[in-house]
Amino acid sequence: MLAAILALAALAAFFGVLLGYSAIRFRVEGDPIADQIDSLLPQTQCGQCGHPGCRPYAEALAKGEEEINKCLPGGEALVLALADLLGREPVAMDIKEKVPSVAFIDPELCIGCTRCIQACPVDAIIGAAKQLHAVLNSECTGCELCVEPCPVACIEMRPIREDIQRWRWPYPARQPVASDIAAPLRDAA
Amino acid sequence: MAIALKPKSTSQRRLWRFHGGIHIPDEKALSNERAIERPPLAERLWVPLQQHIGAPGRPLVAVGDHVLKGQMIAEPTGFISAPVHAPTSGRVVAIEPHPVPHPSGLSAPCALIEPDGLETWAELPPPLADYPQLDPALIRERIRWAGVVGMGGASFPTSVKLTPGTDREIQTLIINGAECEPYITCDDRLMRERAAHILEGVRIMHHLLRVRTVLIGIEDNKPEAIAAMQLALAETDMGGYTEIVPIPTLYPSGGEKQLIRILTGKEVPTSGIPAQIGIVCQNVGTAAAVADAVLEGKPLIARVVTVTGRAIAAPRNLEVPVGTPIEHLIAQCGGYREAPRKLVCGGPMMGFELRESATPITKATNCVLALAPEEAPDPGPALACIRCGRCAEVCPTRLLPQQMYWNARAKDLDRVQDYNLFDCIECGCCAQVCPSHIPLVQYYRYAKTEIWAREQEKRKSEQARARHAAKQARLERQEQEKQARLRKQKEALAAPKSTDSGEDPKQALIAAARERAAARRTSDTGSA
Ligand code: SF4
Ligand code: SF4
Ligand code: SF4
Ligand code: SF4
Repeated sequence: MLAAILALAALAAFFGVLLGYSAIRFRVEGDPIADQIDSLLPQTQCGQCGHPGCRPYAEALAKGEEEINKCLPGGEALVLALADLLGREPVAMDIKEKVPSVAFIDPELCIGCTRCIQACPVDAIIGAAKQLHAVLNSECTGCELCVEPCPVACIEMRPIREDIQRWRWPYPARQPVASDIAAPLRDAA
Repeated sequence: MAIALKPKSTSQRRLWRFHGGIHIPDEKALSNERAIERPPLAERLWVPLQQHIGAPGRPLVAVGDHVLKGQMIAEPTGFISAPVHAPTSGRVVAIEPHPVPHPSGLSAPCALIEPDGLETWAELPPPLADYPQLDPALIRERIRWAGVVGMGGASFPTSVKLTPGTDREIQTLIINGAECEPYITCDDRLMRERAAHILEGVRIMHHLLRVRTVLIGIEDNKPEAIAAMQLALAETDMGGYTEIVPIPTLYPSGGEKQLIRILTGKEVPTSGIPAQIGIVCQNVGTAAAVADAVLEGKPLIARVVTVTGRAIAAPRNLEVPVGTPIEHLIAQCGGYREAPRKLVCGGPMMGFELRESATPITKATNCVLALAPEEAPDPGPALACIRCGRCAEVCPTRLLPQQMYWNARAKDLDRVQDYNLFDCIECGCCAQVCPSHIPLVQYYRYAKTEIWAREQEKRKSEQARARHAAKQARLERQEQEKQARLRKQKEALAAPKSTDSGEDPKQALIAAARERAAARRTSDTGSA
C-alpha cells in the first residue's frame, strides 16, 4: 500500500518536474494565439474593452481571462469570429453597437494645445503647438480617446455619412416562415 | 452539352447552349412598335458627376458657370475613369448631392444644369473619318475623351476595354444585341433605326482590336432588328469578318459569359474576364456611341431609354440627355395610367427599385419600368427551402444557389465564397423558379457587399495597427533619447568625481567653484 502511494507520488513529482522543465525549455517566443486574435480585432485602440489597446485585450483573451464580447467596435461579427477561433460559445454583446464615427475638431475653438495629438493612438491628428489641429478622416478609427483630454471641449464625434461606396445591401427582411428543416411541400405544385 | 441548335435563320454558324436559363414572357411588344422619339428638354438636368465604374471624376465647373453643350464638366482621375460632359447649354445652378440611380437610393454629387434652350455646342474636336490611317492610340484617346462607357448597364469605361493587353491577343469581338431581359427594347429600336451607325462603331472597334472575327448576337425574338442589321451589313465591306448571328431566345443569353458561350462555345474562367480567352464584348449602344465620338467628335451626352410597364400610358423609347429626371420621361409618355406598384431602373429581373422619381438617368440607364399591380404581384411570405434543386437546374453559371442561400442566410461569409458567390451574375433565374419564393438574389447581394465591406474594414484595421505600432515605436524612441540625454547630463556631472576620487560630487562642485573664484581673485589682483 505504502509502496504504491510512494510510487505514484514519485511518478507525479517526476512528471511535474518534466512538464515544468519543458514549459521553460521549449517555450515559444511570442504567443501565436494572441497574434491571431489581434489580427481579428479592429485596432481602434479605444480601450472600451477595459484594456489599454487591442493587443492587451488579445493577450488577455489568449490567456482565457476575458469574455469575447468586450470589443464594441468589433461588434457581433467579431464575437462570432472569436468564438470560431477560440472554440468558445458566442455570447451576446452586452452593449449596443455604435454608429461608425470620426472625430471633428472645431476650428473656431481649438487652441492648439497638442493634448489630442498625444492621446490619439494612430496619429490621426495633425497640427503643431499653438496651431489649429485637424483630424485625418481616413485614419481616424473613432476611438474617442481625444475627446476627453481637450481642455476647451472642441472635439466631437460625428457619424460617418453613408455614401454609395460604403453602402451594403441589407440582410433580407423577408425570412422564410417556418423552419427550413422538415419543410412541408406546400407550394411545390 | 454542345448540341448545335438549329437557328431559324439562314445562318450556318454552329451555336452552343449555356447551362440552365429560363423562358419568361418578354413583354417587348409594349414598347417596340414606336420609333425612338426626342422629347423636349426637361427644365432642369441633374447630371451625376460619376457615371462609370472606377475612379470618380474631378469637377471642372463651378456654380454659376455657363456651360456649352458637350463641354467637359468632370474630368477622369485615373486610367479606369471617364469624363462627364454637359448634355446641353445652360447654367450650372448647383453642384450638390442628389439621388442617383443606385439600389441604395442614396445621393451622389450632381451638377444641376438649367438649360438655356439654345443647345449651343461647345467647340468639338474634328471628326476622324480617316481613322484607319491614324494611330490607334489617338482613336482610343478620342473615345476616352468622349466619356464612352458600356451602355448595357455595366458602365465600364470603353476605352479601357478597347486597349488589349500586350500579353494576350484578342481574336473575337462580340457585339451584344441580345437584349434578353423582358420589357427592354432600346437596343432593338436602335438596331432597327440606326443599324448603319452601329456598324460604323463596330468597324472602329474592329480596327482598334485587330480581331479576326466580329459576331453580332441578337435574340431571335427581334426579327426586324436582325433584318435591319443584315441589310446594313450587306451595304458595307465588313461582310468578310462580320456576322449577324440570331440566337435562340432564352434568358439570360445577353449575359456576357452566356453570350460568349452561345457564340463560341468557350467558357470564361471563374472570376476571370473574357479577354483571358481572347474575346472582348461590347453592347450595340456602345458601338453607336463610339461612332459618334470618332466620326462626329461628339461626346456621350444622351442615350435611348425604354420607358415601359403597364402603369405607363404610352410606353415607348426616348432619346434623352443624360441627367433628365425620370419623372420627365414618364410625363413624356403620357404619365401614369394607374399608380405603379413599383418603379424600377433597368429590367424586371436585374433592375432595382427606384425610390425617387426625381432621380436622373445616366449613361447606363437602359430602362425605366413602372409596373402595374398585376405585373408585380406581392410574392407573399417566403417559405422554407424544400431542397427541390430547381434553382441549380436553371443557374446559367452552374452555381449551387441553394447552398449559397444556406450559407448567406447563416451569415457564413467564408463558406458562401467556397460556392463561387462572386461568379453569380444576379440574373434572378433561381429566385424566379424557386417554389418557396425565397428572395435568393437578395441573399447573394447582401453577402457580396458584406464581404467587400469586411475586406475594407480589415484593410483599415491593418492600417490602424501599423500607425499604432509606429506611434508606439516613436514614443519609445523619444523615451530612449530622453533617457540618453539624462544619462549624459549625469555623466557630465559625475566626470569630476572620477578624477577627485573619494569626494562626493557636491564637494567636487564646491571645490571647482572655489578654484575658479581663487583664479579670478589672483587675476584681479594681478591686473590691479
Ligand atoms: S475595444 Fe477598442 S481597444 Fe479593445 S479590442 Fe476593441 S478596438 Fe481594441
Ligand atoms: S482622432 Fe480621436 S477619435 Fe480619431 S483615432 Fe485619434 S484619438 Fe481616436
Ligand atoms: S428552388 Fe428554392 S426551394 Fe428549391 S432548392 Fe432552390 S432555394 Fe430551395
Ligand atoms: S442569380 Fe446567381 S445563383 Fe441565381 S441563377 Fe443567377 S447566377 Fe445563378
